[in-house]
Amino acid sequence: MSTKSTANSATKTQEGTKGPGDPRKAPINARLTPAEKIELYRTMVRIRRFEERSLRSYQAKKIGGFLHLYIGQEAVAVGCCSLMGANDHVITAYRDHGHAIAVGMDTKPLMAELYGKVTGCSKGKGGSMHYFDPSRNFWGGHGIVGGQIPLGTGLAYALKYKGLKGAAMAFMGDGAVNQGAVHEAYNLAALWDLPVIFVIENNGYSMGTSQARSSAGDLARRAEGYHMAWGVCNGHDVYEVRSVMDEFLRRAREESKPAVVEIKTYRYRGHSVADPDRTYRDKSEIEEYQRTKDPINVYRTSLIADKIFDDAAAEQIDTEARAEADVAADFAEASPFPTPDDIQKDVYWETDNPSQRTSGGRLFFT
Amino acid sequence: MPLITYREAIRHALSEELDRDPNVVIMGEEVAQFNGAYKVTEGLLAKYGPKRIVDTPISEAGFIGAGIGASMLGVRPVMELMFWSFYSVAFDQILNNAANVRYMSGGQINCPIVIRGPANGGTNVGATHSHTPENVLANHPGVKVVVPATAYDAKGLLKSAIRDNDPVFFLENTVLYGEKGEVPEGEYTIPLGVADIKRPGTDLSIITYGRSVLHSLAAAERLAAEHKISVEVVDLRSIRPLDVDTVLASVARTHRVLIVEEQKPFASVGAQLAFTIQREAFDELDAPIHRVTTVDAPAIYSPPVEVEQLPNPNRIFLEALKVLA
Repeated sequence: MSTKSTANSATKTQEGTKGPGDPRKAPINARLTPAEKIELYRTMVRIRRFEERSLRSYQAKKIGGFLHLYIGQEAVAVGCCSLMGANDHVITAYRDHGHAIAVGMDTKPLMAELYGKVTGCSKGKGGSMHYFDPSRNFWGGHGIVGGQIPLGTGLAYALKYKGLKGAAMAFMGDGAVNQGAVHEAYNLAALWDLPVIFVIENNGYSMGTSQARSSAGDLARRAEGYHMAWGVCNGHDVYEVRSVMDEFLRRAREESKPAVVEIKTYRYRGHSVADPDRTYRDKSEIEEYQRTKDPINVYRTSLIADKIFDDAAAEQIDTEARAEADVAADFAEASPFPTPDDIQKDVYWETDNPSQRTSGGRLFFT
Repeated sequence: MPLITYREAIRHALSEELDRDPNVVIMGEEVAQFNGAYKVTEGLLAKYGPKRIVDTPISEAGFIGAGIGASMLGVRPVMELMFWSFYSVAFDQILNNAANVRYMSGGQINCPIVIRGPANGGTNVGATHSHTPENVLANHPGVKVVVPATAYDAKGLLKSAIRDNDPVFFLENTVLYGEKGEVPEGEYTIPLGVADIKRPGTDLSIITYGRSVLHSLAAAERLAAEHKISVEVVDLRSIRPLDVDTVLASVARTHRVLIVEEQKPFASVGAQLAFTIQREAFDELDAPIHRVTTVDAPAIYSPPVEVEQLPNPNRIFLEALKVLA
């Protein structure tokens, strides 16, 4: 795939041109140590086992509300977030477990958040769709389709305003590209030369409606209307995700230029676990992707072929990831719920910091 | 003390805060090169340059969302809505993102933004441009809502709003922009959530805010002159936080209450206020609480009739007599 960042060469990408060659050999991947390569694998496996474990907890009614699983898309978050430097930032939508683990969040508070426990990463106040960790430059976890994209643009604005050489990655699904807020953000990013990469994780379905039935034209190509660079890449190959994103990220950091990157991926589960997934696609389609493009299997095969590790080592990682997910579930189970007294905490900075309050009057009402 | 307009008072607040804090940025439609649709930001581009005074496209969801995102990294955007009526196209950014991000993150994220602009009827611009959304905004825990009536209050409250670490929505009034008031030179702030008794009295408490304060003061003059009625006018200044103590103290002095607000009556600020007063000062009341609100319909265009749709001194005068009957 092409790693050129101009619209022209990105168009070649769209046409399937292989560009400079095997993404494994792209400089950003060639310089990975064996340990780093294994770490990418481990993170992908940890995400999958965490989510499978969370699904079991959901089915056991330990988890309320929605649960949007990322299974099948792991190479996207892991590939992108593995490129983050100190001044790079991430924001995403409600299918956010993969990104949270990929930026380094501990799975125990992540699972506890699903269980609605006070030890959760948002103290049980956000739930599955609203993970945050500003200390790891992870700004959520947002519930409204496309609503996070102006925020991601604002993160990039702040980087530029403060003179920091960083970039924001604003992730969205293929359903988000038809939201007005996304186009407003595209325009601002291009108009103001903001260092933001709009990453479309195209899993083919906007909830239960296929791309063909929801979006006119090519998704990333819409960037041309804003004179933004764009690219398309395969999301089942973590090397390809890294090599394509690396070029756009460098350009964002060095030249403060935005881009739109469409990463073609696939989700194995329904839109959320409440989606029976019987009306809009055939099981055979899922099975075909799992058989030929499963991102974990593809990477594992590649690592074994390159003698980075062997089957036994891969199995060991898998066993450890399952154990980690069980530990997270045990932690969540054993943790206390928040109390009704916690409901009105974390609403206002001022009421959380009463010694520094400057305003008078009531902030809460009956 | 210098006599300056409400518009100039807001500009002075912006300028002083731009000087004080390099993270303060003014953003909005035509705030820079055009000098502001209502000239509030006139001269700021020349003084502070395009990095601090930023023209945006007509793209409220985009630029307000970007301002919210930038605030999470420590920029302090003060964003102008040309009319607060346009909040509806940025509703998700304002009331899902700004209002909720602190809570949903378990208190990890602050959103120190200000959104300011006019929110009023009375200028014959019809239903789409005459919204007064302070009740809608204040219905969302996590936000603060301020509605200044005078030049003095506008400056002091805006400076506090800009320094506040929570999202503050600051609702001005195009009809008031040219109103002059005494404003001291130099630094002062007025804390949010502190009401101001604009006229002391003993027979009736008019609880009000925004432009209705001026109408209420005019009505109070007439009630005094024609009926020897002593009216206390309480200007809330801030809707959330709300200075309930000052309201209850006034009720305890006068025992009669008239709420005046440029709001549609259903679930208005006054509705919340009336509930609170009856709940916490029931024994002080000698009569039912009355209200003067915007007449319950979309804003009419027809200029002479719009005057009658909104609170005005005559409507307040007549309703006050009913409370005292």
